[in-house]
Amino acid sequence: MEAIILQILNGLDKGSAYALIALGLTLIFGTLGVVNFAHGALFMIGAFCAVTLSRILTWSHTVIDETRTDFLGNPLKVEVPYVHDIFGVATGDAIIDWAVPLAILFSIPVMLFVGWAMERGLIKHFYKRPHADQILVTFGLAIVMQEIIKYYYGANPIPTPAPSAFTGSFDFGAMLGMAENQIIYPYWRLVYFAFATVIIGAVFAFLQFTTFGMVVRAGMADRETVGLLGINIDKRFTIMFGLAAAVAGLAGVMYAPINSPNYHMGMDFLVLSFVVVVVGGMGSLPGAVLAGFLLGILESFASMSIVIDLIPGINQIIIYLVAIIILLTRPRGLMGRKGVMED
Amino acid sequence: MSKLNLTRRGVLKSGAVAGAGVALPTIFTAQSVAAHTNEPTGSTVTLGFNVPQTGPYADEGADELRAYELAVEHLNGGGDGGMMNTFSSKALQGNGILGKKVEYVTGDTQTKSDAARASAKSMIEKDGAVMITGGSSSGVAVAVQALCQEAGVIFMAGLTHSNDTTGKDRRANGFRHFFNSYMSGAALAPVLEKMYGSDRKAYHLTADYNWGYTTEEAVKSSTEAMGWETVNTVKTPLTQTDFSSYIAPVLQSGADVLVLNHYGGNMVNSLTNAVQFGLREKQVNGKNFEIVVPLYSRLMAKGAGANVKGIFGSTNWHWSLQDEGSKAFVKSFGTKYGFPPSQAAHTTYVQTLLYADAVERAGSFAPCAVAAALEDYEFDGLGNGKTLYRGDDHQCFKDVLVVKGKENPTSEFDLLEIVEVTPAAQVTYAPDHPQFSGGALGTCNNGA
Repeated sequence: MEAIILQILNGLDKGSAYALIALGLTLIFGTLGVVNFAHGALFMIGAFCAVTLSRILTWSHTVIDETRTDFLGNPLKVEVPYVHDIFGVATGDAIIDWAVPLAILFSIPVMLFVGWAMERGLIKHFYKRPHADQILVTFGLAIVMQEIIKYYYGANPIPTPAPSAFTGSFDFGAMLGMAENQIIYPYWRLVYFAFATVIIGAVFAFLQFTTFGMVVRAGMADRETVGLLGINIDKRFTIMFGLAAAVAGLAGVMYAPINSPNYHMGMDFLVLSFVVVVVGGMGSLPGAVLAGFLLGILESFASMSIVIDLIPGINQIIIYLVAIIILLTRPRGLMGRKGVMED
Repeated sequence: MSKLNLTRRGVLKSGAVAGAGVALPTIFTAQSVAAHTNEPTGSTVTLGFNVPQTGPYADEGADELRAYELAVEHLNGGGDGGMMNTFSSKALQGNGILGKKVEYVTGDTQTKSDAARASAKSMIEKDGAVMITGGSSSGVAVAVQALCQEAGVIFMAGLTHSNDTTGKDRRANGFRHFFNSYMSGAALAPVLEKMYGSDRKAYHLTADYNWGYTTEEAVKSSTEAMGWETVNTVKTPLTQTDFSSYIAPVLQSGADVLVLNHYGGNMVNSLTNAVQFGLREKQVNGKNFEIVVPLYSRLMAKGAGANVKGIFGSTNWHWSLQDEGSKAFVKSFGTKYGFPPSQAAHTTYVQTLLYADAVERAGSFAPCAVAAALEDYEFDGLGNGKTLYRGDDHQCFKDVLVVKGKENPTSEFDLLEIVEVTPAAQVTYAPDHPQFSGGALGTCNNGA
């Protein structure tokens, strides 16, 4: 029982990341009809926004410490962050400690700009082209983006810790009256799950309760008719692209403390996120969220030793296996609509 | 007036005789022109440095390449000579190898066996490399070693830690200076016993590939021999990035030690996840919960950041060693590049010097002569104390370092501290040890 609760919890944060990325992917597909293989790279760039802000906050000047020596026997050069000079050591350290949450504010304009530049600079030229062309160009773009990141930040993962207030884990088991250490869950992953819930809720509310959202939904349903009503739907869709990029970026920012960011992390999520979109139903926002959490939880269950002992290798194929079963029984995915990607 | 009689048959006969005449000297002299693959005939000799220049180990590859460039500089008489000054053999004079200036070509392994083989093949066939060296993975080392054996060139392995490289996949043309999984287990176990006691329950998470298996087996057998119980061993996919679902059940198992048989990005992520779960703050079976990382590298420690603090592991070499060889190398490397070398840089630099020295002592670039010069060769002054290149399996036997993550690092390179230098005798095993069985060197191949 404890093991099952534990894996459900584990699946929630994994599912949160899948759902956030898949939400943006399906939003872009639903509005612009573009299969965006560069979406994983946007998640990665979001994580590197956290790395960048962390580097900005720890930007330092060198002070020579005559009492200590470096590896060559020369006086040790000690790096002193400018925030220490400006705010004092205690406040400066607190600011550095909270780099990741602060990066949320930093990443929103950056990601909106990256999304806008991608859409206006490249992707808009591929709206009328076949999906295969879109996949090729966006996949190429993803490789270019990750190589740029690798050039500036190196290939090694860069540790980007969560604020020290969120280190350690919460003992759910003890709270439920079970023995100690039976169901533990890291605080930051709880934060991530809560954050993802808020973002997903905000995106749905935005689309559901604002005039802008209503127009976008109308455009997703019938682009031509909305255009005939004199509404510039393209402009709104461009904004939606920026919004989807920002959602992926925010998912990346908050994910940085979970796994040290590296240039390749977007690709690691990309394929799974596409499976999530397909299982959820192409263009279906609730489907993407549902499938994200479902597959995240199933993946966690499949990595239990008892399951692996029963079916060796199941942890590596579970997502694809479930995808095949769902697509065989429900070819449009869990919540797919008729007519999407069927023309 | 003479008349020239040209007949078709006559022309063919004359052509055949003339052709045979032209070909004859080449046939008879072919052996002497190239006694072995890529025998250097001019004033230069080309070495092939096959390192990951792209992919997840690109930073480690870059450090290997820096070390190779430094070694070439020293072999050609440039710089301060580095470890050539402390090397027990005095065969190297700083005038290249056998008087030939050392040049090099590089290949990109991408840390993929097929790409590594293709780049090594290209360096051998197109660039005329007489020796191939480098790499950052055992899969690559085993694949390239087999290729070099077929091609008739020497392979001086880079960073490869799997037992199999000099175990079941050993080859006569391949040599490894780096230590291996068995040695990590043998060095770590006594230190772990001293620090954590002999009554412990270990849970292994193991990368699901060759290196992971040999490391798990080595650490498991070494720790069980001192009384530890292995509660569970779980294989994790190599492509796994989030290890939470593997780490969460660890405490439920009753284990009080987690052994992470992971390397590179796997290790960075699994350790980060384990620390996030607060495992190190837990008390299990009345003891502090502990984490062990059998193989450390500086780049991994850098990626895991503060999470490595206080965590034990093993390493082949560390720049803080105070022997004359290490000091000379750190000075050369640090002066040239501005930061201390990694263990990957050290092993690749040493391998280049060892190859060059063996050629000088053999008086030949022929792989079989070089191999004979390296086999059962004892040397000192290259940073690991007295070292033996054992002839039975082409594995170096030397001291192994047990390290732990430093509590108060002074820089991004100062992440590990040496806890113990385990003497070579303690990590030496018989050539037919079960963990290394199933392979044979075969006969050396000169190629050509």
